[in-house]
Amino acid sequence: MSDELVTPQASSLPHAACNTCPAYTNAQLRKLGLDVSGWDYTVALAGNPNTGKSTVFNALTGLRQHTGNWAGKTVTRAEGGFRFQGKRYKLVDLPGTYSLLSTSADEEVARDFLLFGQPHVTVIVADATRLERNLNLVLQILAITDSVVVAVNLIDEARRHGIMIDERGLARDLGVPVVPIVARRGEGLPELLSTIAQVASGAIRPRPRHVPLRDAALERAVKQLVAQIEAVFPNLPQAYWVALRLLDGDASIAQAVREGTIGDLTRGQAVAPIALEAA
Amino acid sequence: MNTSPPIGATTLDQLSLGATGRVLALGNQGAERRRLFDLGITPGTLIQSEVRSPLGDPVAYRVRNTLIALRREQSQMIMITLDLEETIV
Repeated sequence: MSDELVTPQASSLPHAACNTCPAYTNAQLRKLGLDVSGWDYTVALAGNPNTGKSTVFNALTGLRQHTGNWAGKTVTRAEGGFRFQGKRYKLVDLPGTYSLLSTSADEEVARDFLLFGQPHVTVIVADATRLERNLNLVLQILAITDSVVVAVNLIDEARRHGIMIDERGLARDLGVPVVPIVARRGEGLPELLSTIAQVASGAIRPRPRHVPLRDAALERAVKQLVAQIEAVFPNLPQAYWVALRLLDGDASIAQAVREGTIGDLTRGQAVAPIALEAA
Repeated sequence: MNTSPPIGATTLDQLSLGATGRVLALGNQGAERRRLFDLGITPGTLIQSEVRSPLGDPVAYRVRNTLIALRREQSQMIMITLDLEETIV
C-alpha cells in the first residue's frame, strides 16, 4: 500500500460532501502506468471514433497512448492500470466504433471485448457536440451490459456551440450514470473515477433502458434460438446478442457458431496487450 | 431498386449542393445498409449536401452534425423528400 497517495486530512473528514470533492478524489488517484498486475476490476473504455477515449485513458493511467484526430487511430486495444480508493483497476482502451453490428477489423476488437471480455464496468465516452449520433452505440451497449457509465466529453466545445447537456435528464432516460467531462483539461475526471468505483463495487446499480424488439414473432424466434445456443455453448455470455445477430444474417457470427469458434471469443480476450511507452 | 419513388420524393444523389432533404427510406442492402444506419442515416433524418469533390463523386453530406462522404452508387439508393424549410445547423 506504499504507493497509495492519501492526504493527511482524508482520514478525518469533517463532512460527507468532502468524499465527492474533486480535490479529495484526485488525491486518491494513483496512476499505475503499465502495471496491471493483481487488478480488482476491469474497466473498458468504449465510444465512437474521435470522442477522446485515449485522452481519458492517458489521464487515468499516466500512459501516453497516442491521441490523434483521425479514424482508426487505436487499432488494437491498449491496457493500463490505476489505483483508486485502495482498489486496482485495469483500464482497456478500445478502438472507436459506431456500432456493435458493423464489422471492420478494428471495430471487431471493440465489439468482441465488450461482448465477451466481460469488463466489470464499461465507460462509454460520448461527444457532447454529436450526442444524438453517439447514442446509437450507447443503446447497443446498454443491451448487453448493465454496468455502464456514460462520460459526456467535450462539454466545453459543446457550450461554445450553444449546446447544453442535461446530464440528469440523460441519466434518467438511459438508466445509467452520466458524467460530464472535459478530458483534455481533466475536468470531471474525479467525478468519473468515483462513479466508476461505485458501479464496480455495486454501490450504484445501473438499470439501463432496453430498446424493446416490438415484434412478438421476433421475440419468440430469439427465445427459441437462445435456448439452442445455450445448449451448445453453455459458457457463452451474450447468447441473446448472438441470437439476434444470427437472425439478422450476420455471416461472421454464423460462421463462428457453425465452426464452434464462438466459444473461443471469450477465452481470446485474455491475450497480452500491446506494449506502451510508460510516461 | 425497381420501385419508382413516390411523388415529391427523389434520391439523395439528386440533392443540389447546400440543399437539405429528409431521409425516407434506404434501398441499400446488407452490410452497407447496416453501416449507413449506424452512421445515423435513418428514415426521418435531415441530410444536407455540403461538399462536392472535384469530380462530383463522392459528395459529403451533413447528418446529425457530422460530415459523411458517400459515393453516388450509395446515395442513389437513399430516398429523400426535399425539406426546403429546414436547415441543419
